[in-house]
Amino acid sequence: MELFANLAQGFAVALTITTMALAIGGCFLGTVIGSLPGLGPSNGVAILIPLAFSLGLDATEALVFMTSVYFGAMYGGRISSILLNIPGDEPALMTTLDGYPMAKQGRAGDALVLSGVASFVGALLATIALMLLAPILARIAYLFGPAEYFALYLLAFCTLGGLASRNQAKSALAAVIGLGIAMIGLDNQTGLPRLTFGEMHLMDGVDFLVAIVGLFAVSEVFIFIESHGKNSAIGVRLERITIPVRDIVNSFFTMLRSTAIGFVAGVLPGAGASLGSFLAYMAEKSIGRDRDSFGTGNPRGVAAPEAGNNAAAGGALVPMLTLGVPGSGTTAVLLALLLTLNITPGPLLFEERPEVVWGLIAALLIANVVLLVMNVPMVKFFVRILSVPPWILLPGITMVSFGGIYSLSGSSFDLILMILFGLFGYIFRKIGVPTVPIILGILLGNKMEDSLRRAMVISDGDWTYLFSSGISTGLWIAAVAGFIAPMFLRRFLAKPEPVAD
Amino acid sequence: MKTDRIFGLGVVCVALAYVASATQIESGFLSDPVGSRTFPYIVGAIAVVCGLVIALRPDDDPAWPSLSTFGRIALALVVMYGFAVTLRPVGFLIPAAVASAALSYLIDPRPVAAIASGLGLSIGLFAIFKFGLGLGLAPFGRLLTG
Repeated sequence: MELFANLAQGFAVALTITTMALAIGGCFLGTVIGSLPGLGPSNGVAILIPLAFSLGLDATEALVFMTSVYFGAMYGGRISSILLNIPGDEPALMTTLDGYPMAKQGRAGDALVLSGVASFVGALLATIALMLLAPILARIAYLFGPAEYFALYLLAFCTLGGLASRNQAKSALAAVIGLGIAMIGLDNQTGLPRLTFGEMHLMDGVDFLVAIVGLFAVSEVFIFIESHGKNSAIGVRLERITIPVRDIVNSFFTMLRSTAIGFVAGVLPGAGASLGSFLAYMAEKSIGRDRDSFGTGNPRGVAAPEAGNNAAAGGALVPMLTLGVPGSGTTAVLLALLLTLNITPGPLLFEERPEVVWGLIAALLIANVVLLVMNVPMVKFFVRILSVPPWILLPGITMVSFGGIYSLSGSSFDLILMILFGLFGYIFRKIGVPTVPIILGILLGNKMEDSLRRAMVISDGDWTYLFSSGISTGLWIAAVAGFIAPMFLRRFLAKPEPVAD
Repeated sequence: MKTDRIFGLGVVCVALAYVASATQIESGFLSDPVGSRTFPYIVGAIAVVCGLVIALRPDDDPAWPSLSTFGRIALALVVMYGFAVTLRPVGFLIPAAVASAALSYLIDPRPVAAIASGLGLSIGLFAIFKFGLGLGLAPFGRLLTG
């Protein structure tokens, strides 16, 4: 019954007028951002962090606001996937496979409503599962010493690249780029500068927000310049919207199965939402009697990845809150938000700041209902947003990025650094080096090094201490397996190509 | 093929330079068994291995854009750089209008639309930043107001 007491406390925090307004505003803004073509949850949340920070919200409010934006963007992402065949981010790719063909058959409204309901089921059940699982995992997390944390960080880096990249060398490289950047600045233990090349601005290290906004938002501008803004709205018209009751009933068990798969994929550190939507789609495709119709506009092919995707988003919050290890690109961005707000995720968070954790969970439950209401009857409004042309959108994103970073630091140095991250983000995306491990490396680099050094102090320099406990050995094995397995599995896990016009 | 070979070798060079500068890190009087240099060494070493693997087992080349597109990306970089260095001395309004008009033109070369979006974004976003969010942005910098 402790659960209900906690939840009641959470609702007491979440049901204040300010928090409710922030949740609703966040959901709305998130859906708008998610439906803008080319902007997904991670870059949407990234450009808003500096702004949310300068609003002077307290920790719970900021967290509620940004997670509402995050969930809203997950909902909104399906709109451009279905109507324009442009996924806002990686996880939304699977929704285009059947969503766009459905829209071309004149069933765009059905696809939008069905995917909205699937998102709701996935996100709601995942939030409930988060509620049950997170406190248990937080208790296990007390057993983690520095050796275990070092192995856990390693596991996150090994599995994060796994399926996102086609080349393990490139995803490993991305992780060490991030870790290498994290080393810049004052050494936590000795207090002496490292790798700053005498540059005063680098004494504090490279701010992860500068890197995130550069890699996620500024690089997008270069991508659009290359494509001449061609990806603009030549989508499918949306006529009228009815509730496709039969499709919803038929795909009910699909949603439940996909939620379970997505949630598990989300909980695995590093695996995240793309794996969730991918596995959910593939599982439905392989057990369905009508497997041949997948990819041609099967409603269950729309419901599966959306439920999986949103369930994974909820699942990814579990390792992020209890262990401080994000399970996806967007949760990495949320971790950056927590660190900016001086909240250290981990088991102590549940003991010392229960109002943050349970307020967040209550806000998620509220946000889900708000999003369902917003996304089904009001979907026509959000469809209009699709027609914002890139020649306004991209300069706008650039200005918001610059304004946000400048208001945080007030220095041109950080802006120039952000532009450089944008340029490298563009080059890395062309070459196929994933950018999420870079962010994770910058975020976790110092903690990873600290846990290594603390472990070595405890054991007086004995390296075998890193493998001494059952938990750490298990994590090491999982890390090595997680890094090697995709090399062999890649042939079987080949991603279906998006449908061409 | 070629892209990855060049990229891989570039990574190896940068990683070696990184390790070389890590050797210069000063260590304090009270050092722990690992020290300040070990982790950067490990990171650099893994990067060297990754660079070599990428150079020796290259993927297919990505579709690189034409030379003129590269020119436009370079122009965009110059525009952003100019915005970054003028934001403090000249203030938000004018550099933001110029930069967003230029970026807009680079994405879709229509002068009128570009100028309109430059002006609209500059004034609109300034109003949101300043009055909606209360950010400390100056409309005109010290250079203009004297």
